[in-house]
Amino acid sequence: MVAGIENNNSSNTSTYAGLGSLLILPTWLVIGFFLVLPVLMMLVYSFLTKEFRGGVIWEFSLAAYDQFFFDRGLFGDEPPKIEWTYIIIFWRSIWLAAVATFLCLLVGFPTAWFIATRSGPNKSLWLFLITIPYWVNLLIRTISMKFLIRDTGPLNEWLLAAGVIPEPIHMINTNFAVQLGLFYSYLPFMVLPIYAAVERYNFAYSEAAADLYAGRWATLRKIILPIVKPGIIAGCILVFVPSLGAFLAPDLLGGAKNFMIGSLIEEQFKGNAGNWPFGAAAAMILLSMVLIVLTFYARQQMKQGKR
Amino acid sequence: MGNTRESMKEVAVDIVNLTKCYGDFTALSDVSLDIRDNEFFTLLGPSGCGKTTLLRTVAGFENVTEGAILLYGEDIANLPPNKRPVNTVFQQYALFPHMDVMQNVLFGLLRLGQDAASARARVGEVLEMVQLGGFAHRLPGQLSGGQQQRVALARALAPNPKVLLLDEPLSALDLKLRQAVRLELQQLQRDTGITFIFVTHDQEEALTMSDRIAVIAEGRVQQVGTARDIYEAPINKFVADFIGETNLIMVQVLGLADGNATCLLPGGGKCTCPAAQGAIAGEGHISVRPERVGFAEPDAGVMSGQVARLVYLGTDMHVDVTLVDGETITVRTQNSTGSYIPPVGENVGLTFEQGAARLLVD
Ligand SMILES: Nc1ncnc2c1ncn2[C@@H]1O[C@H](COP(=O)(O)OP(=O)(O)OP(=O)(O)O)[C@@H](O)[C@H]1O
Ligand SMILES: [Mg+2]
Repeated sequence: MVAGIENNNSSNTSTYAGLGSLLILPTWLVIGFFLVLPVLMMLVYSFLTKEFRGGVIWEFSLAAYDQFFFDRGLFGDEPPKIEWTYIIIFWRSIWLAAVATFLCLLVGFPTAWFIATRSGPNKSLWLFLITIPYWVNLLIRTISMKFLIRDTGPLNEWLLAAGVIPEPIHMINTNFAVQLGLFYSYLPFMVLPIYAAVERYNFAYSEAAADLYAGRWATLRKIILPIVKPGIIAGCILVFVPSLGAFLAPDLLGGAKNFMIGSLIEEQFKGNAGNWPFGAAAAMILLSMVLIVLTFYARQQMKQGKR
Repeated sequence: MGNTRESMKEVAVDIVNLTKCYGDFTALSDVSLDIRDNEFFTLLGPSGCGKTTLLRTVAGFENVTEGAILLYGEDIANLPPNKRPVNTVFQQYALFPHMDVMQNVLFGLLRLGQDAASARARVGEVLEMVQLGGFAHRLPGQLSGGQQQRVALARALAPNPKVLLLDEPLSALDLKLRQAVRLELQQLQRDTGITFIFVTHDQEEALTMSDRIAVIAEGRVQQVGTARDIYEAPINKFVADFIGETNLIMVQVLGLADGNATCLLPGGGKCTCPAAQGAIAGEGHISVRPERVGFAEPDAGVMSGQVARLVYLGTDMHVDVTLVDGETITVRTQNSTGSYIPPVGENVGLTFEQGAARLLVD
């Protein structure tokens, strides 16, 4: 098979020699225009000087990064101390996103497993049902979530009426609410890749494991999880990355106390009061963190592939 | 001879009136078999007859609808597969793709709670046994089909099961390899003394390897016996036809006595032949193997007809003779200088060798 493909390629290159690089041009244009250019712009902006009404002055400056990491007092004349405000926001964001990812995994894996093990037509139906809520705008869904869990919302009222709790649980404007919002926003991104992996899983492996004296738990841990791992990792990345930069859920469900990076960045660009270079710098720091994680993962994968 | 010795042995797997239904489809009906300790037992039958289903109920992957399965006297019908001391070589091998050969074979031993050192030693031993000593650190994807088959075998043998179940383990191999592995597998069974239950739809495989064979059709056991029993004394039309080649001739049974039948052949000839147990008078079929039919002068044999076709088969020649009533009888003769091969169009008589014909249960 491999040989066949190579053959094809060589005949292609001889027939379309010279055309090859031209044919790939649209791809390069798309990548350049939609991927490279915006990021480059962010990078450049993060090193410019801010203008007070938003926008930038074209003058090189490290002020944005300096502001992110160091505290030089109100007038900028004191000796620099570490500025914890933004680092804490970053930490909280990572924590919230990680917990949301974990929740998604906890619920998403059994869900994906359930769907993938249904018979043919039921499978498509379940998949469709999972995606239905996501045809509604994220903003609206997040606001509905807010109504659902507020102190006088249906959830609390129902629990009160059922006598489960003596007084309403305060959920709105807590970390929990943010995690719930993130979990709800990104659950399908966990379910779908895991579903795809489980769908490809050959259940003869489970039978072979049982035949070789493995109980259910050992089969799950030693056979199923390692084999569907690529799906799980893909799902985790697809949930973690957007959770990290999310701003709707923290804004609407977390209130002022539970700020996340996404909200911080959003604020720098909104209205006239923003600080564009600072927002760009925060975005670049976030991006590099994501890249570091992904590079690490890709390396791991390559090592495994080589073995 | 061997038979009496065999029959004195302990029963390893006793399948008692086993019925298995999928919804309202009956895959196995009233199957009873006793597979003896240390035996190479083969389940033989056409595709879809229920061989895999039977094997899977023994392994524990399918629950039984009715009946019992006893393993050395103990009812295992309600044990989950991981609690049964039997191992399976799967039709498609089902090697764990993320584990190398060593880890695959180790798996069962570690699950049984063996300590790592002795388990590894055992793996080395088993891999030597299947001649895969140098492949311990390959992934299944990096092995040829034949090598994968050996790994599957090693993996199932390593825990030293009481019974080994093999579901068409040779079907993915090419002809030459298949023939070589047949002998190895048989040798392995002798050496390890493990009871093998071997599933195949290849009669040659069954005839050459097995101590005993159960012929299955449409979820029912047709006949159980040694290769010779089944080939030479088939009990019914299905078995006679499925194993080897045969001529099935419709006859009128005139009388039955002492296990022998007197039959009226088409064309008016008569013959006396052994009758299978359960054969009845009236209309019936006899089976005559093509290699046991001979030629005679026209009207000198038990039947006569005209040669319609010659088929060259290398060492042998098939001669198709059309009888007066339009039926065709195939005669198989050796392609040697001494043997008589009539030309096409010749009128010939046909004779049956002593004991060649056999009256069957319909
Ligand atoms: N899960 C199932 N549900 C319904 N019918 C089934 C199921 N598994 C098997 N069958 C049916 O039971 C019958 C026996 O199947 P089985 O797999 O045992 O055949 P087999 O003898 O192993 O055939 P082959 O030689 O092709 O492997 C078949 O008719 C099959 O369609
Ligand atoms: Mg089968």
